[in-house]
Amino acid sequence: MQEEIPLEGGSGWSQDQRAELVLGALVCLVVCLLAAMLAFVLHEAWPSFSHNGLSWFGNGGSVDNQIQAIFTSGDVKGAPVYTFHAWPLLWSTIIITGAAVLIAFVSSLFVAVFVVEFAPDWLKRVLEPVVRLLASVPSVVYGLLGVLILVPLIGNDLITQQEKVSVNPTIQLSGYGLLAAVLVLTVMIAPIMIAVFADGLRAVPRNWLEGSLALGINQWRTFWHVAVRTARPALIAGTVLATARALGESVMLSMVSGGVGFAPNPADGLIFFFEPSRGLASTILFNTEELDSPPMKHTLYAIAAVLLFSAVMLSFTGWAAKQPMKRYGMVA
Amino acid sequence: MSATALATAAPPDPPIAAPPPRRCDSSASWRLSDRLGLAVAWALGLFFCAITAAIVIYLLLEGLKYVSPHLLVTHPTAGFSESQTGGFLDPMIGTAIVALIAMAIALPVGISTAVWLSEFGRPTALARIVESTVEMLAGTPSIVLALFGAIVFESPVLGFLSQTTNHIVLGRSFFAAGAMLSLVGLPLVVSSVREGLQAIPSHVREASYAVGKSKTATTRRVLLPAARPSVITGAMLALGRVIGDTAIILVLLGSTLNLAGAGGAPLLSTLRGQGSTMTSYIYDNAPTGEGNQPEKAYAAAFVLLVIVLVLNVVVDFTGRRARRLQWS
Repeated sequence: MQEEIPLEGGSGWSQDQRAELVLGALVCLVVCLLAAMLAFVLHEAWPSFSHNGLSWFGNGGSVDNQIQAIFTSGDVKGAPVYTFHAWPLLWSTIIITGAAVLIAFVSSLFVAVFVVEFAPDWLKRVLEPVVRLLASVPSVVYGLLGVLILVPLIGNDLITQQEKVSVNPTIQLSGYGLLAAVLVLTVMIAPIMIAVFADGLRAVPRNWLEGSLALGINQWRTFWHVAVRTARPALIAGTVLATARALGESVMLSMVSGGVGFAPNPADGLIFFFEPSRGLASTILFNTEELDSPPMKHTLYAIAAVLLFSAVMLSFTGWAAKQPMKRYGMVA
Repeated sequence: MSATALATAAPPDPPIAAPPPRRCDSSASWRLSDRLGLAVAWALGLFFCAITAAIVIYLLLEGLKYVSPHLLVTHPTAGFSESQTGGFLDPMIGTAIVALIAMAIALPVGISTAVWLSEFGRPTALARIVESTVEMLAGTPSIVLALFGAIVFESPVLGFLSQTTNHIVLGRSFFAAGAMLSLVGLPLVVSSVREGLQAIPSHVREASYAVGKSKTATTRRVLLPAARPSVITGAMLALGRVIGDTAIILVLLGSTLNLAGAGGAPLLSTLRGQGSTMTSYIYDNAPTGEGNQPEKAYAAAFVLLVIVLVLNVVVDFTGRRARRLQWS
């Protein structure tokens, strides 16, 4: 941009060149660290994947028993056991994350529209910081609220004794389950979405809306068709951000979803909503004490690799989805 | 970029607030679908307000009921009732230590990365790689970072950072947790500072070059001071995430409630030892944890919430100040 002005003679390198070099080296270091992490996780995960092949993702047997067998085989002199069918964990993550993101997206969109356009002015002023606050509340606090309020409520009032007895040998319905997990997760990620959505909606040029209003189009239609359409990149950004948080949530879900490796079955009818499960991230958290056992370590890293891969794919999908919208000139 | 959209990217209001559109027609004349949409927006908006109010008020009430000054200055002890288990002095110190270590790493590295991205970024390919790396880091679940850290800090090379017994490195210490938490905060710092730097128009830089300042001097004396609000915002956002993270703490800080030094020099002993933070204290005292003292958990959650609230107020305040400082 500008000519390099050598400030100190002699050294041959100007101050700027040195600064650029140092900063560049630091940045390279960060990149290398992350690349090393990626390689390390994949390398550690490989034995588990290679032993199981695609059936790693499949269903079969009890996951909890498999984990137990994998862990104990680390101490035995014989061959390590790697058999692991992660479908119940995957299914739990998919269904909890999916349901929470879906509910949160729809309601957040409406709430963001309300917050930005239709709420009375005093409410707008109150809600803006409150949404930010809720978005930054630690997940463990949401987990605590879920455990102390929602779980007893579901366990005592929504599940009948008869339902509890009907599934007793297999699983226990005590309130820790799908419904509690989805609700708490929704409450947790909705503020993140609302904050990003509302920022995007606020950034829509006011005169675009006025142009539409001047044509006699009513306020709702104007906002829904002009502002919300324009803010689509922000909608994607918020959804990706919230989904990433939901996907990687381990502590809160381990508190409320019930710690059983069980795949909730939609065919079970109403009970489905109360069935306990355990997601991928929570499984890692549950078993970190068992890292000393090599096969267990590889299995946990395989789970981490799946999580990492999903996170990368998620941000890539968000990026790809935003590409065709660039011509609208609004990039969130 | 999306990570900071949360709190920094509040777009500047249009300079002169346009008068609100006059509602000459009431919604009664609208089409049914429009009225339905409006009704849903109002309903969900009010529902959201209700839930928010319920959460905040409930936590405030429960927290105020159980929190008391002596909890803040007594050590936690093992026990079976609320009166036996002491306070949460150690977790608070733990939170402070972890936050300090994490920010001490994340801030300089984050600011340097942002400066490089915004001011240098010369091989464009490298800049793209760095950008996507930071974005990837932002999306990485913290439990994965925790798992990674658990193995890395168990290696003998890094043994000096944690306890070593019989040549087996424990790998759990404030150093380990702080280092991994800095990775959680890093993307927030980078994207916030970068946004702040890019918001400075180029004529500011050119004016500095014109009086003979080098690029380094310009960055240090002109750009970074001008971008200070976004540096503060980024730091506070990162601090909020660092304080609120639980998974890394649970895995990398061990499971003792009290600060357990590793022996040796006093301060170093603590840093190399295990301990707890507010989040792990809450986790432990929730009904699903080992402590199971819900009243203590409520009190700790209340204190944590107050800390987060203060951070938010700072972010809001600096954001507002930054908005007032408009470049022409």
